[in-house]
Amino acid sequence: MPLVQITSPHAHTSQSTSSVMLLVALATLPGVAALTIGFGWGTITNIVLSIIFALALEAGAVSLRKQPIGFYLRDNSALVTAILLGIALPPYASWWIILTGMFFAIIIAKHLYGGLGYNPFNPAMVGYVVLLISFPIEMTRWAAPLELVSELDTSGVSKPTLIESFGIALRLIELPAIDGFTMATPLDLLRQNDALMISDLKQTYPQFGAQGGLVWEWANLGFLIGGLFLLYRKIYTWHGPVSMLVTLSLLAAIFYDGGSSNSGGSPMLHLFSGATMLGAWFILTDPVSSAVSNKGRIIFGAGIGALIFIIRQWGNYPDSVAFAVLLMNFAAPLIDHYTQPKTYGHS
Amino acid sequence: MRKIWDIHGGIHPPENKAQSLDHSIEFAGIPAQLILPVSQHIGAAASPIVQIGDTVLKGQCIAEAVGPVSVPIHAPSSGTITAIEDRPIAHPSGLDDLCIVIDTDGRDTWHQPPSSRDFTQLDKATLVELIHNHGIAGMGGAGFPTSIKLNVGEPNNIKTLILNGTECEPYITSDHVLMREYSRKLAQGIAILAKLVQPEEILLGVEDNKIDVVAGLQNALKQHDFSALTGKATSAEVITFPTKYPSGGEKQLIEILTGKQVPTGSLPASLGIVCQNLGTAVAISDAVIDDRPLISRITTVTGQAVTKPRNFEVLLGTPVEYLLARSGYNASINNRLVMGGPMMGFTLLDITMPVVKTTNCILAPTEAELPTPPPAQACIRCGLCAEACPASLLPQQLFWFAQGKELEKLEQHNIADCIECGACSYVCPSNIPLVQYYRASKAEIRQRDADMQQAEHAKLRFDARQERLDRLEAEKIAARQARQAKAAANKAAQAGQDPKAATVAAALARVGAKKSALEPTHKAPASDPAPDATLATDVDDPVQRAIARRATQQQADTANPAAALQRAVESAEARLKKARLRLTNAEAEQDNNVDAFKLAVDKCQSKLNQARAALDAHHAAKNL
Ligand code: SF4
Ligand code: SF4
Repeated sequence: MPLVQITSPHAHTSQSTSSVMLLVALATLPGVAALTIGFGWGTITNIVLSIIFALALEAGAVSLRKQPIGFYLRDNSALVTAILLGIALPPYASWWIILTGMFFAIIIAKHLYGGLGYNPFNPAMVGYVVLLISFPIEMTRWAAPLELVSELDTSGVSKPTLIESFGIALRLIELPAIDGFTMATPLDLLRQNDALMISDLKQTYPQFGAQGGLVWEWANLGFLIGGLFLLYRKIYTWHGPVSMLVTLSLLAAIFYDGGSSNSGGSPMLHLFSGATMLGAWFILTDPVSSAVSNKGRIIFGAGIGALIFIIRQWGNYPDSVAFAVLLMNFAAPLIDHYTQPKTYGHS
Repeated sequence: MRKIWDIHGGIHPPENKAQSLDHSIEFAGIPAQLILPVSQHIGAAASPIVQIGDTVLKGQCIAEAVGPVSVPIHAPSSGTITAIEDRPIAHPSGLDDLCIVIDTDGRDTWHQPPSSRDFTQLDKATLVELIHNHGIAGMGGAGFPTSIKLNVGEPNNIKTLILNGTECEPYITSDHVLMREYSRKLAQGIAILAKLVQPEEILLGVEDNKIDVVAGLQNALKQHDFSALTGKATSAEVITFPTKYPSGGEKQLIEILTGKQVPTGSLPASLGIVCQNLGTAVAISDAVIDDRPLISRITTVTGQAVTKPRNFEVLLGTPVEYLLARSGYNASINNRLVMGGPMMGFTLLDITMPVVKTTNCILAPTEAELPTPPPAQACIRCGLCAEACPASLLPQQLFWFAQGKELEKLEQHNIADCIECGACSYVCPSNIPLVQYYRASKAEIRQRDADMQQAEHAKLRFDARQERLDRLEAEKIAARQARQAKAAANKAAQAGQDPKAATVAAALARVGAKKSALEPTHKAPASDPAPDATLATDVDDPVQRAIARRATQQQADTANPAAALQRAVESAEARLKKARLRLTNAEAEQDNNVDAFKLAVDKCQSKLNQARAALDAHHAAKNL
């Protein structure tokens, strides 16, 4: 073989960005499975449509920027963005919602900033927030847990099959009657029902479940497992997620108020409801838009945890992970500036 | 058990050391040709003292040191000098350099057979001289001339002598086999080092993947009474610590063994530490005890493209080709040839390049073993590189700034402290050749600094010239004003007195002056400077002062015209001299005011002539 000139180092780990991204995608499986079992095929239709749109948009953007398409699609970053947004959207979201969201995520939040690695904001969360602000009704209509759907089977709502679900997502089949098929989430209820004690809420609304809400607690557990797997595979360090979860639990504990009518909900409720675990292990761990050093990531995670609680408790939106993450994305460069590690030999 | 410290970061690449450890050290043999670059270390290249056609003997000096930071070179075997010319040499730059080529005769005849010497009887200066004269340069890393590193002065503040037995790079086992098989010589070398730097403690640091050599080393060290050599209660210890790349970096090893970090920009000596390579210690033992110059070293030849990986005792100057041939090299499956290890080694494009003092390994991997790097993907800021960096840098930020050529930011982020270990590139999932960017950026920073220094120099010169010109200008203005003042004063004097009266007054004054000369106690009223208005007004203004001085003198002059004329001549002479000086300066500097200065000289000349004529006329008139 002809000898080549290559600068050191010559050895390299087998880990590649593509495989890291693929692993992240795989690690969402337990959570996605829990959501699908709990809410029906709507999560799957979200994810599948998201992936299709994301790859198409990514290919379009890359070719407009005159870069090799295959090379960039293979980094799998668009895949991960698509999966995360698909999970975050209410199940059975319509195709145009998904397309709009993906457009903002891939084109605006990523490629307009220069592509992967240059985006200051988490693309999936940008897409989510744009949708939430633009289409509040569609975005807050969350599917009811299937096990409650059958109980409330008054208006002839059936559980759509996979094919039917795609029909719904493409709006070829009408969305089933709104009452019964969709339902307020536990976090919604918590905010809207100030007059009731937590125990009363739990009795009145079956969707509260044991800890974080029916389905939600399983989905959160699923994402926690996925996250621990990634941690074990050293895809990221514990600093960001743990710091966020600890901060959130501490604030929840302080404001728990013994479950009174003013209660903000128990730490367990906060940990296992909404997008908490998804946010902790899949969103704030997005390396591109987070702080870079371990110390910086502790601050970054703590900021997100605090903002999640503040917005959940006093804000106006059903869940707050996306806002919290975007706000801290703003702060990341500042955090980096103040958390530069001490270089060897410097005092 | 001595306490050891951990370093930040580090990686655990596959070690791949076992392959070359099965066999004991083997003498590589005498190749038909030896190629010896005159520059094998940091500092000035040695200067050849042989000519083409000369026969040389083994161990004979063939190039001598030039200046203090330089070491001589010796013939590794006997033979004939056949060329002194530029050849490709083993250097990351890939450039050619001057080499002395010896065609060996195979007889390996010693110039002067090795003897045996009792080093305990030698003083420090002799030891340093022996080390220098035997061509010993650091045999790991940059190859710094050893005698300089050891010339620590007297009294020295060295407390710790560290021997670096870490060998943290994958594949390389040359130090491992050296510790395994040359422990006696190593201990002797350490004893000589101890006598030289007089440390309070000697630490031989070994990674725990070489645990098999520890007992042997401890035994060897026990043969020496270090306290007797140093005159202090010196302890000598072998210390093992967990294997991790790059523990063998000098700064990293110091931190592991002492918990101290070498302050940025200083040498370990500032912490009272001297660090030495094992090969160097053995070479010192050879030089001082056996009188044998540095003419060979241990080199690992390994990688899947050789069927017989092992460690060779290699004559310096042996072509890599020769070593490979002895190791069952299969060129068809070799994708790149690395001198050094897989983390910090550099690729060779020419297999005729010679082994030099720092060549610890020749690595011939297959494509499967060390695959050609795929194209780099975007940095996803995953931070793995920062996790791995032993210098606690933020490689991803450095990369960002290096791409944008933001040299100042790079400096703020301490790029200077990057040891180019390659740990960051190793872990980067996007396959970014980070170290390559840092090397390029460091070179740019050096270039910029050099440019800046030049600019600074030019600016200093410009400022100095500007200042001189300003001064001349100010002097000119002052002189012009003084002249005008004088003219005004003259006019006033002429207006006040008619010529006859003036002559009378002058005569009277002369009489008065004579009188006052006869009566020294009585001051002549004319020479008594009257309290002048101009004198009192503003003594701080130089121009005013000059005018005042003139005015006072004017009064004296009217009293003594001869003296006045004399002074006029003198001052005209002085002015002429100054003008001439300025002209020569201006000519030397190619000033564009040269013509003006010439004019000034001419003017001064004519003024002087006038003044002289006036004085002569005055004398003539007086003598009448
Ligand atoms: S390891 Fe590579 S991809 Fe990750 S932050 Fe460092 S440079 Fe970027
Ligand atoms: S090469 Fe430089 S930046 Fe990279 S890990 Fe080593 S010291 Fe750190």
